[in-house]
Amino acid sequence: MAAASDASAGTATIHTGPGYTGSYFDPPLGGRTGLWSWLTTTDHKRIGLMYLYAMGTFFLVGVALGIMMRLELLNPGMQYVDHRTYNTFFTLHGVIMIFLFIVPGIPAILGNIILPLQLGAEDVSFPRLNLLSWYVYMAGAFMAVTSLFAGGGTPDTGWTFYAPYSLRTGTNVSLAVMAAFVLGFSSILTGMNFITTIHRLRAKGMGFFRMPLFCWGLYATSWIQVIATPVVGITLVLLFMERTVGIGFFDPARGGDPILYQHLFWIYSHPVVYVMILPAMGIISEILPVFARRTIFGYKAIAMSSMAIAGVGYLVWGHHMFTVGMSDTARWVFSLLTFLVAIPTGIKIFNWVATLYKGSIAAEVPLLYAATFIFLFSIGGLTGLVNGALSTNIHIHDTAFIVGHFHYTMFGGAGIGLFAGLHHWFPKIFGRMFNRKAALAAWGLIFVGFNVLYFPMLVMGIMGMPRRYADYLPEYHLPHMISTFGSWILAAGIVLMVVNLVRSARHGERAPDNPWGGTTLEWQTTSPPPQLNFAKVPENPGDPYDFTRIIAERGQGR
Amino acid sequence: MNTQAATATGHVVHRDPVGAKTGMWLFLFTEVLLFGGLFVVYAVYRQMHTADFHEAAYELNRYMGVANTFVLLTSSLTMVLAVGALQRGQAGRSLRWLGATFALAAVFLVVKYFEWSAKYSHHIFPGQEYLKELPHGQDLFYNLYFMMTGLHGIHVVIGMIVMAVVFAKIRSGAVRAGRHGMLEYTGLYWHLVDLVWVFLLPLFYLTA
Repeated sequence: MAAASDASAGTATIHTGPGYTGSYFDPPLGGRTGLWSWLTTTDHKRIGLMYLYAMGTFFLVGVALGIMMRLELLNPGMQYVDHRTYNTFFTLHGVIMIFLFIVPGIPAILGNIILPLQLGAEDVSFPRLNLLSWYVYMAGAFMAVTSLFAGGGTPDTGWTFYAPYSLRTGTNVSLAVMAAFVLGFSSILTGMNFITTIHRLRAKGMGFFRMPLFCWGLYATSWIQVIATPVVGITLVLLFMERTVGIGFFDPARGGDPILYQHLFWIYSHPVVYVMILPAMGIISEILPVFARRTIFGYKAIAMSSMAIAGVGYLVWGHHMFTVGMSDTARWVFSLLTFLVAIPTGIKIFNWVATLYKGSIAAEVPLLYAATFIFLFSIGGLTGLVNGALSTNIHIHDTAFIVGHFHYTMFGGAGIGLFAGLHHWFPKIFGRMFNRKAALAAWGLIFVGFNVLYFPMLVMGIMGMPRRYADYLPEYHLPHMISTFGSWILAAGIVLMVVNLVRSARHGERAPDNPWGGTTLEWQTTSPPPQLNFAKVPENPGDPYDFTRIIAERGQGR
Repeated sequence: MNTQAATATGHVVHRDPVGAKTGMWLFLFTEVLLFGGLFVVYAVYRQMHTADFHEAAYELNRYMGVANTFVLLTSSLTMVLAVGALQRGQAGRSLRWLGATFALAAVFLVVKYFEWSAKYSHHIFPGQEYLKELPHGQDLFYNLYFMMTGLHGIHVVIGMIVMAVVFAKIRSGAVRAGRHGMLEYTGLYWHLVDLVWVFLLPLFYLTA
């Protein structure tokens, strides 16, 4: 408390010096207060929170669009919207959820807040660049939102902007692709920042194989962001130029090749699904040992499998294009490589299950989300092999099965992973506990609603229901109806979760520094952490998952 | 290498030249991939329309292209000399070399301007109806030429802006011996711009 009064007296070094135990929510020095102190902050935790608020808003918009699509599909025939409006719905849902939420989501929110804490650093390597990437993100988001209203109307191409339709449609595709380009730039800056941070700012004595696994997940992710994003950047610029001046690269009438656009697009956009999933896998690897109070099983295997997924993930993009008329050789090579991705993924899943085996398990909310991740992502991964096999791919290509599959991986994986991480680190970030009962109820609704919503999609897809159709034959009525009911349950769960977290951030019980008994460095500072994270700079942190001390203090059982 | 010092406001200032250089190299990496996408497009269409590419390349002025290559290579040399001079603490000499680099970059753009306007007067420019009447391969070749040299030109302009900023910072003493990172990174960027051009020259001017 003495420190706080010194600060108000204007004494320097109070907020930064050793021994300071205040919170990063306190106004920083330099006279900046309120909103202005947030908009000009270079504190990685504050920037992470600004991402959280922006992305949370876009996520809810995306959810609303999804609900509206499901509502139209409740009954056969057209009830509420026409076909064109439905096309804009799935385009907007895709663009918002992918470019504004799930691709940048975990790295920008939890990566920003937690990475420097786990490394024992005071901030990221380039704090001002970090703030710049938030502004670039907001600029891209602003352009994306503007493209919905301005010009020729809301884009209706689907989030992939496939040529040649994207070249011909009168809707506002030009602005939308430039928005995606700008958002990609933000993602590149974050990736560069994290790679440099991990190389340069690990605590003294923390070797690469002493890093927590979330950092490994972010490391693999950042490399993909840096290597893959520029390619889609230039592709989208070419699409923009094609629409504005006409350069003919993707226009078959001028000798261009629309398939080339698909190749260039997926060279980025397949690796980017690993940008979504790898940090989520990192979060799961953090949560399981803490709630099993037991060291992680196969640390190096999990760390290396992240890098393996990132590496092999570059070479599999062709599996989105099995039906476009590629050569048979290209198809079987892409199919084989796709199957190879399952190996490091399987390694992770088995290691996670082995971590839980004979652990002292506390079924707290973060663990429930983590277990949900493993369950849903296993379904997503296995249905991915169905897509990756050439013969079955022909049958299920462009059906609801694909939609079900990628929602199981992206939402069931990356989305649930983010929810897991938010609950796990909530006490650290806000210094307050969330309401456990409400969180449990929200988790239950989300788990049930998710499966009721997406599992029927897998079934209808195999029956032959095409994706992106606003209308359907009567034989698909039952699965569509079940799926729409599921969307209501899921939405209720999400709303309850959001309300609970927002309320608890203000009114929850005060959280102790280490509520779950975690061993990594972020649990060794106060909740919420001070502006420069640690009162005393950590050194030689040792094995990140060594629970001997926690067990000695708190016991083996629960 | 990782040092820090508290300033009067209590704000901790980190100085990590190795980290900063790591970040710069990562950025250059993304630049290579940005151009890489265009090189892929070039490779695919050249494979499909080899004869047309050869035919269309006759239209480009080889002499201007080669002259510009020498201009850029020389500018890379003057950039290295500017960095070297500043490292030895010779700020005045460094400023002169940096000014020379800036001037050479401007010469490059002027030559480019004459080339482009000559093409424009022959209706060879993206969006012109004339291009659409050419064989597909030639149409694609010219559009690729303008996209790739255009993107390269934008990088030259950005390079010049950064050089002007660094120039001012050397004069004010903010960038000096021992704190010359910013000039060094500008140099790295400039060499990349140079390197890209070294690939563009044979792919466009010398394929005829």
